[in-house]
Amino acid sequence: MIHSAETPALGRKKHFGRYKKPSLSRSKGGTIAIFIFLIMVSVFMVMPMVYTIVQSLKPINEIFLYPPRFFVQQPTLDNFTMMIQLVQDMWVPFERYLFNSLFVAIVGTGLYIVVASMAAYPLSKLKFRYAALYYQIIVWAILFRPEVTRIPQYVIIAKLGLINTYLSIILPVLATSFGVFLMRQFMITVPDEIIEAAKIDGVGHFTMFTRIIMPMVKPAWLTLIIFTFQQLWNTTGGQYIYDETVKMLPTVLQQISSGGIARSGAGAAVALILMIPPITVFIISQSSVMETMAQSGIK
Amino acid sequence: MSAVQSDIKTARKVRRKPSFLKENGPALVFLAPFTLFFFVFTILPILTSIFFSFTYFNMLEPPRLIGFTNYIRMFFDDDVFLIALKNTLIFAFITGPLGYTLSFLFAWLINEFRRGVRSLLTLIFYSPVLAGNVYFIWVFMFSGDAYGLINSTLIKLSLIKEPIQWLTDPKYNFTVVTLVILWLSMGAGFLAFVAGLQSLDRSLFEAGTIDGIKNRFQELWYITLPQMGPQLLFGAVMSIAGAFAVGYESMSITGFPSTDYSTHTLVLHILDFGNMRFEMGYASAVAVFLFALMLLAWWIVSKTLSKLTD
Repeated sequence: MIHSAETPALGRKKHFGRYKKPSLSRSKGGTIAIFIFLIMVSVFMVMPMVYTIVQSLKPINEIFLYPPRFFVQQPTLDNFTMMIQLVQDMWVPFERYLFNSLFVAIVGTGLYIVVASMAAYPLSKLKFRYAALYYQIIVWAILFRPEVTRIPQYVIIAKLGLINTYLSIILPVLATSFGVFLMRQFMITVPDEIIEAAKIDGVGHFTMFTRIIMPMVKPAWLTLIIFTFQQLWNTTGGQYIYDETVKMLPTVLQQISSGGIARSGAGAAVALILMIPPITVFIISQSSVMETMAQSGIK
Repeated sequence: MSAVQSDIKTARKVRRKPSFLKENGPALVFLAPFTLFFFVFTILPILTSIFFSFTYFNMLEPPRLIGFTNYIRMFFDDDVFLIALKNTLIFAFITGPLGYTLSFLFAWLINEFRRGVRSLLTLIFYSPVLAGNVYFIWVFMFSGDAYGLINSTLIKLSLIKEPIQWLTDPKYNFTVVTLVILWLSMGAGFLAFVAGLQSLDRSLFEAGTIDGIKNRFQELWYITLPQMGPQLLFGAVMSIAGAFAVGYESMSITGFPSTDYSTHTLVLHILDFGNMRFEMGYASAVAVFLFALMLLAWWIVSKTLSKLTD
């Protein structure tokens, strides 16, 4: 009823029209100037990423070259093969750590999107008592530094018997208010007319949430997926997990790369490999964010 | 008369009770799962920390209530705290507004391009945050010996004769840290802006062209910004949370403690007392004070933004 058959097509035509025939408000020179400016800043932004790649390809003698050079002279995959060797020598199979990290990141992200979006719906579109206060508390909680709450949090997790479980990593993330705030800010932009119209059609809260609100704030939860996955993937779980079989990949790989000077090239290799899953998630989500724009004719 | 009034009162009471659940029921159901986790793993630890701030707590013995002693100590008996406070405020005032403006500016500029270009530019600008701990590149570039990338270049161009101690000289290391923080500021706020720009009402832009919008700056001011209120507010909270919490960046680049505490901040002060000296009570007091600072900033910013976007 809201996404009628023509709207996507109409939206797409509008979208491409805007770029094929620049409207009056777009000067060609301006666009080119902006592009050149952005490319210049891009070099500055992307350099550390490039440096990590370069560093991971350096043989040992080049890593300790003095004076240091930015670029690699004789690229080698030694650092990667050394890392694989070290990984194979471990007591617990490598796949186990990979599974732990992926499981926590994927399940945790999925749960958080659901929990945070559910909480954001009443906070943005339903009237209930103390709604304004609840919203303020959610913002305040983002501003409190976690350095001092770690100890009480540890005690609570230990008392609940969650040490050495995946939940010890997932639950604290589900408790962060950041995602609720993000989802609320996007849901609030959904026009009330659409909600009123749906109500008149007899749509219940559950359908309203899953079929109307969530599709309309797709860019928001796709963005939230990026943040949450990245956060969970990078969690070392150091303070909650002591059992070798439930340890996370970053912890283990950091153990390897910190094993002496000769392994410092492996450190860059480790950093590079750990970057792959978050970048993959980023590219998939971000290109879908761009996609939604072409399809949402209604907004 | 009074009997009638009391009748009305009881009637109201009877009516109000079921109506509370009926009115708030759906909201409560949607809020329940998050609220449970939020209370147990976030609110409870925060309240505990606030309680600790009024105690002496070394994590071995049970906390001992000492009133406001920790708070008095911060201002009258801890010179390093005052340095940390000064640095935190300077970092916050520079990197907060600047990082915020830059992340909106870049999100907006990126949005001017076709989809493929836009995705690529977004990835590049977000890559410092995505890559995580890659501070070592900055250490390499600003290395204090004659072979550091910047020093060797400057010497080659004979702009300087002696290598500059970028990371340890209090004259320079503050600027270097500021630069790195700005480089890292394309984070949550930036991506929220990118996503927000995708959700704008297209028809308003066309209407704008008809109404005589002449260039992209007018379009930004009259059409884009007023629609971005919620995202701008989100970005502002993220900026405040980041700008007042500078510390890990400076620790990775200039070491801990930095020369004469030149880049020492409140977050590092909290880490120092909480993790190294086991004075959790005092660390909590500093954290509560930092929280109060951020609340003040949030209050000012939200008032200003609501005026701007209305």
